[in-house]
Amino acid sequence: MSTIESLANREYKYGFTTDIESDVIPRGLSEDTIRLLSAKKDEPEWMLDWRLKAYRRWLEMEEPDWANVDYPKVDFQDIVYYSAPKQKKQLASIDEVDPKLLETFEKLGIPLDEQKRLANVAVDAIFDSVSVATTFRKKLFDAGVIFCSFSEAVREYPELVKKYLGSVVPVSDNYYAALNSAVFTDGSFVYIPPGTRCPMELSTYFRINNQESGQFERTLIVCDEGSYVSYLEGCTAPQFDKNQLHAAVVELVALDNAEIKYATVQNWYAGDEEGRGGIYNFVTKRGKCAGVNSHISWTQVETGSAITWKYPSCILLGDNSVGEFYSVALTNNLQQADTGTKMIHIGKNTKSTIISKGISAGRSKNSYRGLVKMMPKATGSRNYSQCDSMLIGHDCSANTFPYIEVLNESSRVEHEATTSKISEDQIFYFQSRGIPSEEAVSIIINGFCKEVFRELPMEFAVEATRLLSMKLEGTVG
Amino acid sequence: MTALLEIRDLHATVDSAEILRGVSLTVNAGEIHAIMGPNGSGKSTLAKVLAGHPAYTVTGGEVLFRGQNLLELAPDERARSGIFLAFQYPVEIPGVSNSNFLRLAFNQTRESRGQEELDPLEFDELLREKMKLVEMDYSFANRSVNQGFSGGEKKRNEILQMALLEPSVAVLDETDSGLDIDALRVVATAVNALATPENAFVMVTHYQRLLNYIEPHFVHVFAAGRIARSGGKELALELEEKGYESVRAQSGSLAGASEASNG
Repeated sequence: MSTIESLANREYKYGFTTDIESDVIPRGLSEDTIRLLSAKKDEPEWMLDWRLKAYRRWLEMEEPDWANVDYPKVDFQDIVYYSAPKQKKQLASIDEVDPKLLETFEKLGIPLDEQKRLANVAVDAIFDSVSVATTFRKKLFDAGVIFCSFSEAVREYPELVKKYLGSVVPVSDNYYAALNSAVFTDGSFVYIPPGTRCPMELSTYFRINNQESGQFERTLIVCDEGSYVSYLEGCTAPQFDKNQLHAAVVELVALDNAEIKYATVQNWYAGDEEGRGGIYNFVTKRGKCAGVNSHISWTQVETGSAITWKYPSCILLGDNSVGEFYSVALTNNLQQADTGTKMIHIGKNTKSTIISKGISAGRSKNSYRGLVKMMPKATGSRNYSQCDSMLIGHDCSANTFPYIEVLNESSRVEHEATTSKISEDQIFYFQSRGIPSEEAVSIIINGFCKEVFRELPMEFAVEATRLLSMKLEGTVG
Repeated sequence: MTALLEIRDLHATVDSAEILRGVSLTVNAGEIHAIMGPNGSGKSTLAKVLAGHPAYTVTGGEVLFRGQNLLELAPDERARSGIFLAFQYPVEIPGVSNSNFLRLAFNQTRESRGQEELDPLEFDELLREKMKLVEMDYSFANRSVNQGFSGGEKKRNEILQMALLEPSVAVLDETDSGLDIDALRVVATAVNALATPENAFVMVTHYQRLLNYIEPHFVHVFAAGRIARSGGKELALELEEKGYESVRAQSGSLAGASEASNG
């Protein structure tokens, strides 16, 4: 196995920093910090109360340590909880956004201005703590779709926010969710009215720029009866030697006959070959299939972050509802990922599918952790789980931790798991047919991941393929 | 005239054990060579070294392909320049469809020859034609490369690749072993159909049997990491009769025998 070597990762393409004047509050966390950031955002009293309640709850909680990851404790007093680029107060159009910000997003491949924007994808661009622009608002508004920054939703649609915020991930759900509830700064809000098929893909792009700041965003998507939306989230961050915390909460609610497809291509900075720097990605994502025949599908391609701790889950409450989780998690160098899903079957005849593909290279550690629970009343329900791991080289590890609880007689749970390795002989086989080794690895990986990639919107499937090849460049050679 | 392939005093090791100990062989266009010899004599090693398998280290000698130093090329460059190895044990590649794999290999080769690539539809037509040649059912095109193929199907798939890539020098590493008589006939028919005055074949084989179907111009007998004897087709028959022991007995005193190959 002489040619399967440790890694020479290609440079992280999104590691640049934007030099922009920001409105930053002093580091540290207290009730005063929360009052200050709430004031900065001009929030109503109820929002501040909600935050403070969450903060007090958080103070009583302990940082979880059950995940299969190692890292020094996070110093929550050493983080900046609000950092926003300074800009004119009310922007009439995207043309008024600071050119530096437009340029930043353009460099990231997300052009926001009218001429260049992505066809058929509406983007909410979030820079550090605030949303800087949302495209195609008029077109969406005409269709009755609400797509705006979370801060705006709090001001403009307080009734919807009050009704659904925390309804899927309660404040006290877990340590990071409680923290997020106290200090979240911005994020996206989506509401699709009854019987409406959202006319375009919606997307939020998260960018951390400030070296000292954490990012705590909050996304809430509500699909009313019989409606449909496909949503994509992308993320990048500059290259710093210091670890940064990203603790987001995403809540999805699907009412009767509604469908939400949520996809993530996560490419936060992962740290260097020696494991210096990188994002700690501690995220709570959960969807509630509240109505009958509702459908929530999570697709994630996780390639970045120093540490990933993330379990996009589905609560299948409505009868005949469907939950799906398709995941590719790639770790390289010293990255650690503990990711998977929870499928909680409560309604009758509910169905869930879990397809998880873990790829480990370098000295990384990649774990799948998943819970499938069939409650007593979830009769006639089914789950199929398939967890495949692929190892590249000798110094990485892959683990699978499946938890299965079936509390009724008529439900069925199937679990399959495989582990494979890209062998030198496979690479040589490609080469002996004229195909270079880098391409061979990328073809094998794509073959391994194809069940997940085909769940992504087409443009992003291509992007995901490219991203994986880039991340693995130099792993075999 | 320049030889297609010229191997001069080639030495190679695997895990620091010397397997090839001075192999010399010249292969001209239009020739079919058979390499025979007992297990462990280095036949398959020669095949892998020519293709550039990373587990082997060349410690001496040289290999010229159309007058160019072959050993300095990466395995994929060798393949694109016209060297082909049919594997003794082809690997399985789950998740990658045979047709995609073949088209990619085919187009890489075309591109490096300055020829236009074929689109999937054009390629599919060609693939169907070549699959007929090796009597493979079209359903194999949509299966993962070699996955779940029987031994014989894997070998046919190797010959299919050879038929598509049209190499100048094809090295067949024990393609006949493990084949039933029908599969053997298919392989032989394909090789005979593909042989032209411009290309050459080097067939590594254990058995004389294959040579009943493919008539070699030269037969070489390996012993202890070099060619101990070379001759015409009749040498294979002699081996069949007397066994390798006769050659092995002579090989000690035939240190220079490999120099006396065909040329």
